[in-house]
Amino acid sequence: MSAKVWAITKKDIQLYYLKGPVVIFGVLFPLFLFLAFTIGRNLPAAFLIPGLMAMTLFFTATSVSPVIMPWETQMRTLERLISCPISVRTLILGDILASFIFGVCISAVPVAVGVALGVGVRSPIILLTAIILAAFCFSSLGLLFSTPPTSLVSNIMMLSTFVKFPVIFISGIFIPVEQMPGWGVAVASLSPLTYFTDLARYALQGYAYYPVHVDFAALLAFSAFFLLLALKLHERALPKRF
Amino acid sequence: MEAIEVKDLSKSFNGLTAVNRVTFTVHQGEIFGFLGPNGAGKTTTVRMLTGVLKPDAGEARVRGHDLKTDLVKAKAVLGVVPETANAYGDLTAWGNLMLIASLYGIPRRDGEQRAARLLTEFGLYERRASKVKGFSKGMKQRLMLAMALVSNPEVLFLDEPTSGLDVQSARAIRQKIRALRDEGRTVFLTSHNMQEVSMLCDRVGIINRGQMVALESPEILRHRIGGTVTVEFSFDKTPSSTPPGAERIGDAYRLYTTEPHEVISSIMGFATRNGLKLISVNVQSPSLEDVFVKLTGGAPE
Repeated sequence: MSAKVWAITKKDIQLYYLKGPVVIFGVLFPLFLFLAFTIGRNLPAAFLIPGLMAMTLFFTATSVSPVIMPWETQMRTLERLISCPISVRTLILGDILASFIFGVCISAVPVAVGVALGVGVRSPIILLTAIILAAFCFSSLGLLFSTPPTSLVSNIMMLSTFVKFPVIFISGIFIPVEQMPGWGVAVASLSPLTYFTDLARYALQGYAYYPVHVDFAALLAFSAFFLLLALKLHERALPKRF
Repeated sequence: MEAIEVKDLSKSFNGLTAVNRVTFTVHQGEIFGFLGPNGAGKTTTVRMLTGVLKPDAGEARVRGHDLKTDLVKAKAVLGVVPETANAYGDLTAWGNLMLIASLYGIPRRDGEQRAARLLTEFGLYERRASKVKGFSKGMKQRLMLAMALVSNPEVLFLDEPTSGLDVQSARAIRQKIRALRDEGRTVFLTSHNMQEVSMLCDRVGIINRGQMVALESPEILRHRIGGTVTVEFSFDKTPSSTPPGAERIGDAYRLYTTEPHEVISSIMGFATRNGLKLISVNVQSPSLEDVFVKLTGGAPE
């Protein structure tokens, strides 16, 4: 099964991820959005870089994965693909793995920006583990967005944007969780991005709002939930695409 | 072991029955033609047999593998050229073949050898490094057939494989279909082209409104519509009214009868009464197309 998952991953990377605009957009879009909300605020780089990492990883890992299914339905390549001896699980895991690799690779950019600005990484192992776990979590979320059985890419883009932007604002990127009111903390705890941002702050600044093991446990729980739900919903949706 | 066994297979979409308790068997090593008008349930049946759609009821086996309980194993023994599916336009011909080879679990070196052989056989080897989006329809269809064959399937599903192709590409695909049968493989062929089905198929199943209405060899089917023969005739000029019981086919007329001599006398009488000269009369055994029209109540597409 692993070779078949890898075949799907390689196909996705070749067809969807290794495109100049996708790579550039993956870096520039979170950067510009981040600058728009931080310029003029006197915040230290060590606080800003974890937020930039969180946004970059979140946007890149959820950028392409939601549109692969509707795009392949529209281009009529999906039917040929699923006539092969592969299960829906193989197909979905292949898509997630491609998104995961893309997310992990692009997340090196904000880390490099941080290093260039003199922000040191205090706990590289924690940061690397957090990036790997969060990339998988956000990639699974991306696949969850593509479960409605439509061939219209625009519908899925609208749905994912509708979810992604509010998540950015409730996850402690621009306002630290410790400065949020009680209801804000409660809402922030519902976002997986909160826990990655918290871990990134811990790795760079040495402190976090939640204990590190809670952050990791939350990311693991969200990953499992998104993955299982995506698998179940895709299994149900796939026949409706034809 | 039969190549395909289908029993009481049914599928509905939003309350509309697309396939209704269809039952048939396809023998190993035969070319089986699957015919029906548009919307009759052909593609739905093929999609169920290739694992794309789940049946609502009934059973289907491909080389003994149950499609409900053993889907991945069943798909491993079949190759598919779906009617509406495409190869990846942004991948090369080679890339498409290697992708399918990987998905069938074929080792890389073996896949490369098969890909090279198939691309050569289908006249695409020189274009192996070209992206498929630049291919003609005939080239794309030949590539789809090569993709279906890269796994050396025991059973091949071809849904309208020659539709819209130029004469040479269509002929090349037909030759390949015959060669596959000669190698002992089973071909399940869906087509609207009656002449093609007549030439290629050992047996034919006709589906209409979701139900099987016939399942025989083309020759037996031709005899099945009784002692009926087709009488085609034409006049030197167009008569003011259509001869009784006849249908117009271009500048000629056609009717079906079990009493050709009486019909010909009647046509002669019609010509005399209307001041026409009979310029041609052909009496033929019914074609597969005639059988199709009789059984489905409509003209083939």
